Amino acid sequence: MATVTTSAAQKRSIDANVLTRKQRSLWQDAWWRLRRNKAAMMGLGIIALAAFLAVFAPLIAPFDPTVQDTKVNNMDPFWVDSIYHNSRFPLGSDQLGRDILSRLIWSTRISLVVGLVPTLLVFTIGVTLGLLAGYLGGWIDNLLMRFTDIIYAFPDLLFVIIIMATLRNTWLGDIMGGLVLIFVALAVVNWVGLARLVRGQVLSLKEKEFVEAARATGVPTRRILIRHLFPNALAPVIVSLAFAIPGAMLAESVLSFIGIGIRPPTATWGVMINEGYTVFSQSPWPVLLPAICISLVMLAFTFLGDGLRDALDPRMKT
Amino acid sequence: MLQYTIRRLLLIIPTMFFVALITFALAHSAPGSPFEKNINRPLPQSTIDRLNRLYNIDKPMPEQFVLFLGNAVKLDFGPSLIFDRQVVDMIGQGFPVSAQLGVQALLLSLAISLPLGVVSALKQNSAIDYGSLFFATVGYTIPSFVIAIFAIYIFAVNLRLLPIIGWGDLKHMILPTVILALGPAAVLMRITRASMLEAIRQDYVRTARSKGLREQVVIVSHVMKNAMIPVATIVGPVTAGLITGSFIIEQLFSVPGVGRLYVTSILGRDYPVIMATTLLYAFLIMIANITVDIVYGILDPRIKVGK
Repeated sequence: MATVTTSAAQKRSIDANVLTRKQRSLWQDAWWRLRRNKAAMMGLGIIALAAFLAVFAPLIAPFDPTVQDTKVNNMDPFWVDSIYHNSRFPLGSDQLGRDILSRLIWSTRISLVVGLVPTLLVFTIGVTLGLLAGYLGGWIDNLLMRFTDIIYAFPDLLFVIIIMATLRNTWLGDIMGGLVLIFVALAVVNWVGLARLVRGQVLSLKEKEFVEAARATGVPTRRILIRHLFPNALAPVIVSLAFAIPGAMLAESVLSFIGIGIRPPTATWGVMINEGYTVFSQSPWPVLLPAICISLVMLAFTFLGDGLRDALDPRMKT
Repeated sequence: MLQYTIRRLLLIIPTMFFVALITFALAHSAPGSPFEKNINRPLPQSTIDRLNRLYNIDKPMPEQFVLFLGNAVKLDFGPSLIFDRQVVDMIGQGFPVSAQLGVQALLLSLAISLPLGVVSALKQNSAIDYGSLFFATVGYTIPSFVIAIFAIYIFAVNLRLLPIIGWGDLKHMILPTVILALGPAAVLMRITRASMLEAIRQDYVRTARSKGLREQVVIVSHVMKNAMIPVATIVGPVTAGLITGSFIIEQLFSVPGVGRLYVTSILGRDYPVIMATTLLYAFLIMIANITVDIVYGILDPRIKVGK
């Protein structure tokens, strides 16, 4: 008698469990893990704020970032300013009398665009070639591997610098103040790493049963690539892209800082540091403030990237 | 092993050839002759023709490339387009400075990261562990030129302790060396800690403890010996990073090394110098990677590098 009731209760509770425990996909699981990671959520918050500033820059920025007024140059930010009681520029002005706050806000826009566009290009080229080379093998694979060997011997940043330095004064370097050339240079250099990553994933995935089953039932190659291999290789790709975005943003800063990136007067953090550095010891804020912005965004992306890696593949956790 | 080493060394030749080809093609795709730069004081056409002949610029591209390669093999890159000096001499003068800076930074980063990594793994989740993890995250995330700016502001502008520019005595070397070492130190520390943590949990460590070995012996000759293998592999990329990272630091602190020469040549479009420095950098990075792969093969017999 007692056994019957227990088993009935057990059965009920199992039923209840089945009903309440909704099925969760890998992505829902990953999102759930990511949300519990405080550092990653803080990073996501900073990135969201930066994205907001970038999109609404024209509405938020109090001044035109390129308008000069040398009568009010080298103003200090409000917390150091005790002599001039400068109320016009909250974060002060640079040596040409431009509002630093507005320049910082507009720089966010360039930085995020430089982070996203080359990464999208890298994603498209890298995933396509990596899938093809890994799945088809043969001469395509050989060609890709030999080509990547050469690009690998070239230090990334040096290659980007050479492309920027030599092609800056061509028509390509003139479009949008050098922005398009930066996209091209970063994409040319960075797709290689991603293609190798995807290729490696595909090489191990294509021996798995589900791919064999798909092949055996006559699924066309294109469909196997897109519907079977791509989604399964996606997790490490996303992690690598989360680190590629700040990498591209950093490259832009370095290039603009040494003077071969975005052309002034366009405001980017790198350009601001480059221009302010000559008078750094007299007025440090035009250099320190963009440096702080770069640091914050880099930290945000690292936290998010680490969080994504832990969330998507807990085994990779270090 | 010997066969593998020889094959890797021979592979340098085609790779250097392609690096030279790409750089050469890019440099020559830039519009205009290097001698037409000065708009205010244009050179007479006859002079430009003579200069073009002198530097072989009047010849077709493939022929120029063959001439360039023939000279480059003999380490002759011709004179600089801006300074009245041979490119080889300029690099010969800068290289010892850059090498000193790089070696100092590498040694410093190893001296910081290995003890920190080992200690934070042994005392996992302690204050030391969190402290060094925080240091590693900052050092690895914030770009060296941004750290350099903060360091210059604090130590040179505010406290006036250290000079910003120049090279020579110890005072000048502190900031560039420390800042260049931070990034590699952060990476090495993370790897050391992670691989120590993994090695501690292995069965052979439990075996060593259970047969009554002293803790010190277990840590040094069982855990650390195995944990250092992944660390050794990362030293190659780290060295490559030091080599390429040095030019921003050299530029910032006006260190008269190859890195600053590289940036100056890029800004002044001094093509012979660009070609020579790029080839030098590529060569150094390849040597660094090959050395590490070979050392890896010797350290870890489980890895068959010959494949």
